[in-house]
Amino acid sequence: MLGAWLCAPTGLVFGGGGWFWVWWRWFGWFGVVMDVRGGVEWGGQWGLVGGIFGLGVLVMVGGRMGVFPDERGRFGDFGGMFVPETLMAAVAELDDAYNGVKGSEGFQGRLAGLLASYVGRPTPLYYAENLSRHLGGARIYLKREDLAHTGAHKINNALGQALLAQSMGKRRIIAETGAGQHGVAAATACAMLGLECIVYMGEEDIRRQSLNVYRMRLLEAEVVSVTSGTRTLKDAINEAIRDWVTNVETTHYLIGSVVGPHPYPVMVRDFQCVIGWEARAQILAAEGRLPDYVMACVGGGSNAIGTFHPFVGDEDVRLVGLEAGGKGLESGEHSATLTAGRPGVLHGAMTYLLQDADGQVSPAHSISAGLDYPGVGPEHSYLKDSGRAEYREVTDGQALEGFHLLCRTEGIIPALESAHAVYGAAQLAPALGGDAVILVCLSGRGDKDIGIVAGAEDVEI
Amino acid sequence: MGRERIERMFAGVRERERPGLIVFLTAGFPDMEATLELVPALVAAGADAVELGVPFSDPLAEGPTIQQSSFLALQNGVTTADCLQAAETLRPLIPDAPLVLMGYYNPVFSYGVAPFAARCRSAGVDGIIAVDLPGAESGPLAAQCQSRDISLIPLLAPTSTAASIAESCRAASGFVYCVSVTGVTGARTEVSGRGLELVGRVRAHTALPLAVGFGISAPEHVAEVGSVADAAVVGSALVRVMLDSPRDQLVERASAFVASLAGRTPQPAPGQYIPGQYTSEASR
Repeated sequence: MLGAWLCAPTGLVFGGGGWFWVWWRWFGWFGVVMDVRGGVEWGGQWGLVGGIFGLGVLVMVGGRMGVFPDERGRFGDFGGMFVPETLMAAVAELDDAYNGVKGSEGFQGRLAGLLASYVGRPTPLYYAENLSRHLGGARIYLKREDLAHTGAHKINNALGQALLAQSMGKRRIIAETGAGQHGVAAATACAMLGLECIVYMGEEDIRRQSLNVYRMRLLEAEVVSVTSGTRTLKDAINEAIRDWVTNVETTHYLIGSVVGPHPYPVMVRDFQCVIGWEARAQILAAEGRLPDYVMACVGGGSNAIGTFHPFVGDEDVRLVGLEAGGKGLESGEHSATLTAGRPGVLHGAMTYLLQDADGQVSPAHSISAGLDYPGVGPEHSYLKDSGRAEYREVTDGQALEGFHLLCRTEGIIPALESAHAVYGAAQLAPALGGDAVILVCLSGRGDKDIGIVAGAEDVEI
Repeated sequence: MGRERIERMFAGVRERERPGLIVFLTAGFPDMEATLELVPALVAAGADAVELGVPFSDPLAEGPTIQQSSFLALQNGVTTADCLQAAETLRPLIPDAPLVLMGYYNPVFSYGVAPFAARCRSAGVDGIIAVDLPGAESGPLAAQCQSRDISLIPLLAPTSTAASIAESCRAASGFVYCVSVTGVTGARTEVSGRGLELVGRVRAHTALPLAVGFGISAPEHVAEVGSVADAAVVGSALVRVMLDSPRDQLVERASAFVASLAGRTPQPAPGQYIPGQYTSEASR
């Protein structure tokens, strides 16, 4: 692994076919380099660098040490490619295509340009001073993904995958959606890039999220109502996979979360890591140090992985995912997959699952349609089992508390999904000292949820 | 018996004019008593082997027909253990016809891969098809099957690469299942040319018998498949007949359909299921 770059004290450098993170100053003539092509790997590829006169020569010594995922798409026991044989060639083709663009300056440059000018990145890191003061304790920072174009983090991934599909010559895009946020993001990216877009959405979710359905139709996507099974997100994914099996040669399946067969979990993570990399630099600028806690809500888990991943190597930073506790774990009506599920195989990956004793997948429940999924990204399963991240549940009622708290103290209406993370932080902050710092990913804005909140509180609008 | 029963069946098929006929039906649809009556009757009507579908909540490779039968079976409370129990009940009733369980990996994984294979062996199951378990992920189940002489039957598709065909054929036993279309299960009006082409590509890699399935729904399809492969698999078309039949005519109509596929007139079943003989795992 060889490359050359201008000698900055610390930062991202380009060389050897991708981006590397370098700590330079600490070692004088020699520095430490870490391979972050496609994001930082937990215990990933490290090496030494040397340099002369401000020009560096990058030499990677040392080998791959427990790089996840491995070439079979495994994060420890989790992940993999559990798909019908018909899709194996497509999954392999996607893996090749993605590996091809990962280190391509042309592709990454185009994506970075669109993220800046079209999505509005970098999104701000906001010090929620009123909320922090109100709670009394830790300083809470919000990573404002709600300010991204379309109102949620989903666009980061949708744009990345749509560009990739375009480069693969696939002009027909299919997607699944629960709350409609990913469907809107996919429809947006397709409209902008001139691609055909078909969105599968459960009949039940279409009823709950009519605003987003209309947004997708305005963006000229075709919204297909799914009436099989439980008529929610899991069945929309089944139906999208059935379409993909049938039209695999012309169609790209634009999955909206870090779920599905390899390479989706790693690819979606890489596209979402922009959240964490920005937040890392922003918190260092604001506080001069890394946060004590990084918190995010977890359904499939894409905003959480995107936020967590750049901090995974920072052992002092605690990573906390907030799952939807629904009506409470004891009620059986929840989506707390990592807390209450056990490992199994769904939608192409080995991961924690809500399932009955016979291995039949159980219906999930949450007040927020975006968390209403009985599986979870395989990397979260790995982070849980390895102890690197912890996962807690927040009930529907607690999420509503978090929702109102943020409206009241900061004038920000969060998505109900993100309100789970806000509540998690609010619960934690008072117990921590005033020196503690919590970083919360505010994954989306709450306009889409106004009707649900009003309905839950018997308010007529 | 296991793999050997499958081999013997195909050896018999290769000695006669007519291609092999493998039928698929969802276990426990419309109820488990029906499955136990149907299977011996369908074998008597001309089916050479039976694939018993193990229902799963998320059957992502199935078209609407088998989605529906699977959903209804689950509504009846059918479990994986019930399917294995049904296989055990059926085994002596169809001594020569291979019995293959077909389903998805999660119920197997949940049951426990080794206990599942062991129970298949004790129940007299000869082969297993796991739809969402491609060669790259099949290692643990393949190892458990091999030591018990149960065939783990690979699926190959028109999109399969030469490398994956070679790899699957190398590891295969019993027979190789060629998926005739890029798509989900379901009756179609004609046999896909790509399916027939796939048979040629697979044949170049193995001497094992080849079965062709997905979309096969009529006697002329069976004959067409028979011109290149050893057997045809009929699933959705049979399940469709079952969905459309009143319960009291179910066995008769399904048998007549299978007899027409086999080019025969229905015969009385040699081993007949006596109602009440079966008890589900749950009720024991």
